[in-house]
Amino acid sequence: MKGKGTSDTVSVVDGDGNQCCWWWWLVHKGTTTTFLIVGLFALLVRAAVSLHPYSGFANPPKFGDYEAQRHWMEITINLPIQEWYRNSTSNDLSYWGLDYPPLTAYQSFIHGLFLRFVHPESVSLFTSRGHESYLGKLLMRWTVLSSDLLILFPAVLYFVIVRYGQPSRSRKSDIGWHIAMLLLNPCLILIDHGHFQYNCISLGFTIGAVAGVLSGKDLVACVLYCLALNHKQMSAYFAPAFFSHLLGKCLRRKHPLLEVSKLGFYVLGTFAAVWWPYLYSKDSILEVLSRLAPFERGIFEDYVANFWCASSIIFKWKRLFRSESLRILSLTATVITCLPSMIQQIKSPSNRGFLYGLLNCSFAFYLFSFQVHEKSILLPLLPASLLAMEEPFIFKWFMQFAMLSMFPLICRDGLVVPYFALLALFILIFDAPGQQRVKEGNYLYNYLGATTVRLVLFCYFILHIVYLTMNPPEKYPFLFEAIIMNVCFSQFVLVTLGCNIKQWVLNKPTKLEVDKKFI
Amino acid sequence: MGKQKLSSKGVQNSGCTKATLWWFYLVAACIKVLLFPSYRSTDFEVHRNWLAVTHSLPLSQWYFDETSPWTLDYPPFFAHFEHFLSMFAHLIDPKIVHLQEGLNYSANTVVYFQRGTVILSDLCLLYGVYRLTRNLDSRKQKLIWLSAIWSPMLFIVDHVHFQYNGFLIGILLISLSYLEEGRDLLGGFFFAVLLCLKHLFAVAAPVYFVYLLRHYCRGGIGRGFTRLLIMGGMVAAVFAAAFGPFFHLGQIQQVIRRLFPFGRGLCHAYWAPNFWVFYIMSDKGLAFILRRLGFNVQTPTATFTAGLVGDSSPFSVLPQVTPLVTFMMVLLALSPCLLKAWKDPKPQMISRWVAYAYACGFLFGWHVHEKASLHFVIPLAIVAVQTLEDAKHYFLLSIVSCYSLFPLLFEAQEYPIKVLLLLLHSILMWSGFSAQFPDGAETARAPTGHHTEKKVDQRKSNGGFVIGWIERMYLIGLVIVEIWGQFLHPLLLGDKLAFAPLMLISIYCALGIMYSWIWQLTFIVTSP
Repeated sequence: MKGKGTSDTVSVVDGDGNQCCWWWWLVHKGTTTTFLIVGLFALLVRAAVSLHPYSGFANPPKFGDYEAQRHWMEITINLPIQEWYRNSTSNDLSYWGLDYPPLTAYQSFIHGLFLRFVHPESVSLFTSRGHESYLGKLLMRWTVLSSDLLILFPAVLYFVIVRYGQPSRSRKSDIGWHIAMLLLNPCLILIDHGHFQYNCISLGFTIGAVAGVLSGKDLVACVLYCLALNHKQMSAYFAPAFFSHLLGKCLRRKHPLLEVSKLGFYVLGTFAAVWWPYLYSKDSILEVLSRLAPFERGIFEDYVANFWCASSIIFKWKRLFRSESLRILSLTATVITCLPSMIQQIKSPSNRGFLYGLLNCSFAFYLFSFQVHEKSILLPLLPASLLAMEEPFIFKWFMQFAMLSMFPLICRDGLVVPYFALLALFILIFDAPGQQRVKEGNYLYNYLGATTVRLVLFCYFILHIVYLTMNPPEKYPFLFEAIIMNVCFSQFVLVTLGCNIKQWVLNKPTKLEVDKKFI
Repeated sequence: MGKQKLSSKGVQNSGCTKATLWWFYLVAACIKVLLFPSYRSTDFEVHRNWLAVTHSLPLSQWYFDETSPWTLDYPPFFAHFEHFLSMFAHLIDPKIVHLQEGLNYSANTVVYFQRGTVILSDLCLLYGVYRLTRNLDSRKQKLIWLSAIWSPMLFIVDHVHFQYNGFLIGILLISLSYLEEGRDLLGGFFFAVLLCLKHLFAVAAPVYFVYLLRHYCRGGIGRGFTRLLIMGGMVAAVFAAAFGPFFHLGQIQQVIRRLFPFGRGLCHAYWAPNFWVFYIMSDKGLAFILRRLGFNVQTPTATFTAGLVGDSSPFSVLPQVTPLVTFMMVLLALSPCLLKAWKDPKPQMISRWVAYAYACGFLFGWHVHEKASLHFVIPLAIVAVQTLEDAKHYFLLSIVSCYSLFPLLFEAQEYPIKVLLLLLHSILMWSGFSAQFPDGAETARAPTGHHTEKKVDQRKSNGGFVIGWIERMYLIGLVIVEIWGQFLHPLLLGDKLAFAPLMLISIYCALGIMYSWIWQLTFIVTSP
């Protein structure tokens, strides 16, 4: 899976010894120790980022995501389970009503218990609204840290063990590098530990599911993916990829129908288990479901680097169409953009193709679906980071623009300092010395050309500085946001086009065999 | 093993070496930047006030100003350093350097500026480490960088608690690197500069004096005398540049008063883990036993931390300790090392000797801060890769001394950070040292480098990097002490005996530091 021919390997021998010298202190004890070291470092980074302010810090009356999560803890530990999603005198849904699937609610419940045990005022019903205190912040931050540690970290370890089954095959320091890339994803750290969310849980489950698929344990993958889906409905971005890959695999087996129904049974079983408290009546299911689908909101919020927002400079979508027709329009566009990679996976499912499929499908959703947040860029970023070894240039390029696309949000949250520190840290570790990886020899890089890459990067930094230091003209108060979003959108389109083509190029039988041998 | 001489490959790699060194520094800098909003001690305001004092007042007022209780009590060069920084501070936010309005100023500008200056001044440490390690082979280099540039103690003391230790220790390392190269005059010069930056580094002055006298001023009476004059003149010039203006203004007494506040007590507020902890504890124990036996033992009125209040002794049974006694004890502890330096002034040994001097100062000194353990842990990091025994000793010492800094960051917010820093450091050291000193089974798998044969011989005789059972028990005990202090004590005893966990940490770490001191002493005495 090196993307490197045999002739290349010979010339790298000298460098190999050199590389061992560079990273010998880190990797010589084996994957687990390497993981432990990188993991501790990643935890340290997370703990340090969590010192910074969170979204909506000291900003009444609605505050931000931090208050939403805290409020959910307050609701879940004080009200009976049936009332969590129901509007009532004690549960005002217009004030940060629970709008994530039940697993998030259970997670809030568990964290709420912890908060109540240590600091009861921070989660008492009604009186704790807008609660902000030193201890409260600390405890909330620790709940994210622990979720990360309990779900994302083991999932990454599982993925790495599956992906690099025999460490002798690939160089140890590469594994260390990939672990670092997965654990030190600056966007994820900023959103979870700075802005305040629990993406690590659903993304962790997704990584676990991907590892399950890669290791051939499709049933485990199904359960884990359903858990991800039940933690954040946004995980549905990956659904077409999982669906098409698993379907394609089943179709190749002896009894396709039996295999499919087995998977279906596991999916239904997991869903039933998670939704159990709400299965007593149809109304209660619909009640929860209606909370999960944010159709009453617009096609996009704020500024997000997707098709609808980027093109709204020319077409005022919100004015031209009614909400219902926009819904259908966006659904059609999403399905059409998903289709190529789905068909490829149904036709010839492969592990590597599956990873590309994940990237392409989630990108299709990010670019074209209804009601996309700037934070949703985390979802396409995940498969990109899983592919970091195969597509280092695309991964780095994508990460940089994903960061930029969140920059206005980060500025609002007062997280500019950790933003730049994490970006620098990412680039430093990406380009860590002693690496022999050929990073620039990439089709996207070749397509853009070295000069363009430099020029774009130059604009990239200028944009940051301009956004930070200059005031937009009064006539266009969101001029800079619009420029940033269009720049990011153009790069995202390039990335996803490149990856779609790459996925289809994979579709040669010889490639598939190579693939199977390596994974 | 000493230093490996520059090989031809080393020259080619030097550009690459620098890039890697920068990489280590920048990665650390990213973490340091992330730590900007963490807890900061009063030292932060102390340094801010010094910025204001040096910026707003003429030189003649620097050591007289009492607007803030945090008066200037560092030597003149440090004041000049603050003066230099204050010029930029003034550009960024004039309020930072305002004498009255700036008091307890805590806007983002001042925090970012001051924290930023600490990160930048760490470049000095970087240069010192670079000079000391540039001729080593690349594996050793990396291990040293790991322990010195990513030192968890520097993170805790400089970048959270707030001080400029990285800068000062950097100058010490530069001085040591010149001495190791045999360029004694420059080594002496940088040490003199260091003394004019922070006088607490003077503990190593006897070692420097003896070493330079015997190493630099050798070769016959005439040549020796000339060299002594040159060295003396140079040191005198440095001191004149620092203290001359104040001497001229007739303020030298005031400066001295500020620099040496003998009103302070034997121990700092939190007892540094040194010899005096045992002394105090045995005093308490004896008093308790004597009281039980029916003797009339007076409970002392004075405390250890508050200083010499009149004639009343803070001890109930054991004799009073005066600054002079501590001074004599430090000199006594130093004497074997001085003797060695007198007999055979070897440049390879100077780092150890200086580190040992600071260890003595830490153990027996008057009013020692727990932070002073940095002064010998960082220099020891440089020699830690030389032999397996060194590595084992440094592993234990760095963990203990880092742990002894834990009480500095007492707020809950920094708890995960300090624990993670220590854990990361220990596991990195363990992994790195095991890679450097593999046992027999692993030797076969070690990559082939140009020094392999030599190493294999050495490894066979020593075995791998395995920590002995006493050390292992001690480290497990450290974990127990921490769990007791953090969780069990508040749970079982509540607010009763609130000082006990801190005292426990002090005593327990003092054991480790004593061990390290004895180890260093044995090493120095037995070294050929």
